[in-house]
Amino acid sequence: MSSVNEKVVYMDNNATTMIAPEVVDAMMPFLTNLYGNPSSMHTFGGQVGQAVSEAREKVADMLGAEPEEITFTSCGTESDSTAILSALRTFPEKRHVVTTRVEHPAVKSLCDNLETLTGHKYRVTRLKVDGEGMIDMAEYEAVLTDDTAIVSIMWANNETGNIYPVEKMAAMANERGILFHTDAVQAVGKIPIDLKTLDIDFLSLSGHKIHAPKGVGVLYIKRGTLFVPFLTGGHQEHGRRGGTENVASIVGLGMACELASEKMEEENTRVRQLRDKLEEGLLSGISKSRLNGHKTARLPNTSNISFEFVEGEAILLHMNRHKICASSGSACTSGSLEPSHVLRAMGVPFTAAHGSIRFSLSVYNREEEVDYIIEKMPAIIELLRKMSPFWQGN
Amino acid sequence: MWEYTDKVQQHFLNPQNVGEVENASGTGDVGSLACGDALKLTLKVDVNDIITEAKFKTFGCASAIASSSVLTEMVIGMSIDKAANITNEDIADALGGLPKEKMHCSVMGREALEAAIADYRGLILPMAAGEVVCECFGVTDLEVIRAINESNLRSIEEITNFTKAGGGCGKCEDKLREILRDTVGGKSEISSPGTKPKKMTALQKIKKIEDVLEREVRPGLRKDGGDIELIDVDGDFITVSLRGACKSCKKSQTTIKEYVERKLRELVLDSLIVEEEN
Repeated sequence: MSSVNEKVVYMDNNATTMIAPEVVDAMMPFLTNLYGNPSSMHTFGGQVGQAVSEAREKVADMLGAEPEEITFTSCGTESDSTAILSALRTFPEKRHVVTTRVEHPAVKSLCDNLETLTGHKYRVTRLKVDGEGMIDMAEYEAVLTDDTAIVSIMWANNETGNIYPVEKMAAMANERGILFHTDAVQAVGKIPIDLKTLDIDFLSLSGHKIHAPKGVGVLYIKRGTLFVPFLTGGHQEHGRRGGTENVASIVGLGMACELASEKMEEENTRVRQLRDKLEEGLLSGISKSRLNGHKTARLPNTSNISFEFVEGEAILLHMNRHKICASSGSACTSGSLEPSHVLRAMGVPFTAAHGSIRFSLSVYNREEEVDYIIEKMPAIIELLRKMSPFWQGN
Repeated sequence: MWEYTDKVQQHFLNPQNVGEVENASGTGDVGSLACGDALKLTLKVDVNDIITEAKFKTFGCASAIASSSVLTEMVIGMSIDKAANITNEDIADALGGLPKEKMHCSVMGREALEAAIADYRGLILPMAAGEVVCECFGVTDLEVIRAINESNLRSIEEITNFTKAGGGCGKCEDKLREILRDTVGGKSEISSPGTKPKKMTALQKIKKIEDVLEREVRPGLRKDGGDIELIDVDGDFITVSLRGACKSCKKSQTTIKEYVERKLRELVLDSLIVEEEN
């Protein structure tokens, strides 16, 4: 175990990922010699423009899209805002947005602001989820109206890993002339996506979740979908997003997408097996622990487990001592005083919500790391439970 | 990641006096699972009113555990009278300080100590009285007032950091603002002269809007040969109609948003939205 112990055991890949070495190599020329502006007329800049085009093709290939449907942005949050606000500007007479109660803050806060900052000019419907975090399709169908401008539903949830049936939901929206956006930041690279066969109008992805650097994202805009830019300025990105391109990161993202396609199978076999081993090891090794999320309709890399009667921040700091990195949905880690809105929407009892830990793996994780966590966790939980006034023993 | 002092980390990783004193002379049980932190403090007190033993059990984050641990160290060997004077600031100071968002952990320590002492003395805590202001965390007005006075709080945010009140659904914000105003007197009012009364009846709002349009908006428009008429007020939505030269002006939308809406937001209510009649 000493080899593992000397460096961090990183199981927080839904927060961010390691930049793949191949990605760093691909980026280096654009951080050194090839500093030209892709929009320039000279060959020196033009060759950089060529690299951006190639990256665009690689992103498109991974998504089953056309290069012209890919717009580079600065992050997933920018992509989300751009898509939703574009839909509202495209249909100024429509004042209704449909989303879920479990969205990432990038969509959640924007929707909250659409109501409050505009004095309730817009109406937002947030779909409920059940105890396993899933949506009721009958409720979804019932809330779509002529006034609905856009539906924004995440492809996969960042906290639980739950996968939502966006293919079907997009088709239902499309039938009614409603635009459909999906925040696919967690789904991309982990499950196969083929957009050409789907009715999804907008899709957001983020580079740093798939082993590219932070500060680069993509908005997929389906060909033929009306679009109003969010950042206006120069004619970059075919006039869809002003601002000089973050060339090195875009090139890195292209490489990351190529790698993700190559490793998709490994993600869904080896990584899934590691995740399952970790999950089973913790649930069986620690009493009063429970899985948050859907058992099967879930990303292959994510496991959200609650350890009852103990608090998440305290667990994380003890894990930190053993150099294990993960996240928690507890109140104390979020900086707010209430546990995660996702767990609360699912009705996870307070005894468990405060003690939730999210483990998220990547292709860079190894089996001995999983074994190491299974070995260390029971003692941490036991230590904290001994201190807890609510713990009555098993 | 929180920036905890070495002292906090030390008490968190190696907490002192964990457990429950057998046949305790006094027990203080505060907080709850729903709130995210709870502390059970048990004390042994000798015939001379000296605390000889103190133990804790805590459910909560690192700073809650550290606050409990340091508190037990502080009170052991202390007389009950002296222990009764320990404030939450004393607990935070003993830890070399706490992040401001975590000050409520030190408050929880002080509350548990107070409850344990009251239990020892056979008293009923005055805190049990008072009216619950924050339903999410079960905080009473007396607790809020006490925190305001003891820790010199001057904003809603500070009240939340120290007592948790207002940290949930946020519905009690108006009540907290009222308590803050009443408790610190004119001080908070003076510090924010721009505060506009939030609650207005529909009639008051319409009158105020008319008044502002007449005094602040019309003179400017009339200079350019235009005018404005108030058509409707529906909640925060104000419908107006531009007249005369303004009506055909290409910049009418700009006039409404940049000029009329801005004036009304500044002088009446900052949530108002002004739209032109179709």
